[in-house]
Amino acid sequence: MAKVTFDEEYCKGCGLCVSVCPKKILEISKTKSNDKGYFVAQMTDQSQCIGCAFCATMCPDCVIKVEK
Amino acid sequence: MAERKLMKGNEAIAEAAIRGGCRFYAGYPITPQNEVPEYMSARLPQVGGHFVQAESEVSAINMIFGAGGAGGRAMTSSSSPGISLMQEGISYICGAEVPCVIVNMVRSGPGLGGIQPSQGDYHQSVHGGGHGDYKMLVYGPCSVQECVDLIYNAFDKAEEYRLPVMILGDGMLGQIMEAVTLPEMKDPATFPKHKWATDGTGRGKDRRIINSLYIVPDELEVINQRLQKVYDRMAEKEVLFEKYLCDDAEIIITAYGSVGRIAKSAVDILRAEGKKVGLFRPITLCPLPTKELKALANQASVKEFVVTELSMGQYIDDVRLATDDKKPIRFYCRTGGNVMSPEDIVAFIKGEN
Amino acid sequence: MAVVFEKPKFLTDTPLHYCPGCTHGIAHRLVAEALEEIGAENVVGVAPVGCAVFAYNYFNCDMQQAAHGRAPAVAQGIKLVNPDNIVFAYQGDGDLASIGMAEIVHACARGANITIIFINNGIYGMTGGQMAPTTLLGQKATTCQNGRDPKVNGYPIRMCEMLATLDGPSFIARGSLADVKNVKKSKEYLVKAFKNQKEGKGLSFVELLSTCPTNWHLSPLKAIDYVKNEMTSYYPLGVYKDLED
Repeated sequence: MAKVTFDEEYCKGCGLCVSVCPKKILEISKTKSNDKGYFVAQMTDQSQCIGCAFCATMCPDCVIKVEK
Repeated sequence: MAERKLMKGNEAIAEAAIRGGCRFYAGYPITPQNEVPEYMSARLPQVGGHFVQAESEVSAINMIFGAGGAGGRAMTSSSSPGISLMQEGISYICGAEVPCVIVNMVRSGPGLGGIQPSQGDYHQSVHGGGHGDYKMLVYGPCSVQECVDLIYNAFDKAEEYRLPVMILGDGMLGQIMEAVTLPEMKDPATFPKHKWATDGTGRGKDRRIINSLYIVPDELEVINQRLQKVYDRMAEKEVLFEKYLCDDAEIIITAYGSVGRIAKSAVDILRAEGKKVGLFRPITLCPLPTKELKALANQASVKEFVVTELSMGQYIDDVRLATDDKKPIRFYCRTGGNVMSPEDIVAFIKGEN
Repeated sequence: MAVVFEKPKFLTDTPLHYCPGCTHGIAHRLVAEALEEIGAENVVGVAPVGCAVFAYNYFNCDMQQAAHGRAPAVAQGIKLVNPDNIVFAYQGDGDLASIGMAEIVHACARGANITIIFINNGIYGMTGGQMAPTTLLGQKATTCQNGRDPKVNGYPIRMCEMLATLDGPSFIARGSLADVKNVKKSKEYLVKAFKNQKEGKGLSFVELLSTCPTNWHLSPLKAIDYVKNEMTSYYPLGVYKDLED
């Protein structure tokens, strides 16, 4: 089982992570935003995560840390 | 060990720069300073230094920016049109407080102009040809020996004030040959290491950043104020000039560089004819010896100033500012690459031409 | 649990100012990862003028900020003063392919032992979306508002192909930041580039196709597609020069 953590203050809600997640378990929150006012990326179902780090690879702002 | 040699100005300048610690040179061919890069290309490798012929003076001055910012003793040389191309780089160098040495063998202008001597770059060098408020330490040597002596310590000065030091020579200084005494080779091991230099070891908070961008106005204002304090300090400590037979003089000829030397001969001729003439020759053009000029203007014996230049009149503006129109100022000049003789100056003073 | 992916040490903690979905940020991370991978110790980077002008706040090493187009010249000055440093210049397409064209061509001709990272997003970002030398035919920009017309604005320049004709460089490659596969490929190119520098093989040049959502007036994902399709078709990916082979 893998673990993904988001350093949300760095997130800009661009959605690149969501677009590349093979398990489709990421989303841009509709309610939660950071201090800059960006709606942040978040995990919908951590249990499905395979730790491939595709999301982190495509993140321009080093928001995502992946452990496995 | 000091050496006595007969050398061409440009080569003596290059050799003295190396003895002063220069270990990086980037330049580009342009008459009348070609012998500087030529000499450097052969000599620098002998002392473990690096020579680059850049693709343009724009590139050359930015190589100097990088080398100086990395803590190297870096120098470039060019002539008027090339120095014009370097103006943006010089402004960046001053904004980022990078030490370096720049030699300008001035040629006649404007435009492509000619390749003969001129002093038409005075305003560009002393009052700034680039953008923003900045200053360089600008020397106007009058002989090959003075070029050698000034450039020998120019790198130390550049590092003390963290700005460019310019040797502003009028074209012929690079081309004439004179006997010179070459000072000893300074040992680079004795040069101070600079904590601001990007030598690659900085990480985290002690990273070094050579930069002139300050997008926040308050930050840039602080930089400008800090630079001004440096220039004020430079003005207090670095003024150099030559006063010759001025104490009882009624006429003060004032001129710099080679013209100052030519004017000195004119003083001797006129003195021989019983005329009380003296010479005031600034060696530093920035900072200009304004106190001394003011004192001469207030000196009772002084009836008038005669300014003589190889330009349509640039240094004269600063003489007028410094002397506050206390005494009349006459102006004599040659341009286009022509150089006046002592006799020309004598004739002018006697009202004959 | 072991860490599989985290922020590399050659990046500072300063948040990037780039727009959401701008892949400059990915490029920064790849440079940092590549530096880490080759075990670089003394590193000096040169920031350009353009969106990446603030790179000196982002790379965790000594940095210099160069006049527009002059980063390769500044980098050569740094490298020659401290030849054992790993020196890189990070530039955009206006900086490198327009005002700085002479500098990059001659740095390559010299084979200066530095690494150039060239971000090609076909537009001037920082100044608000003007046409760049790499703006595609028909692409709109604020200075070619009906789309780039070759009769008026000339043709986009393929830098890798052009520089590959020079003997000085040891490695030239073009990668893309538009998908995971190509981001990983781009990192390989950067590792190879820095390794070449470390081994003194001469100039290494990596071009990275990158997005500019704001000035392309596209969403981040549409911008990614634009790189995948239009940009990649005009700027083919791959290695254009490798001294090894």
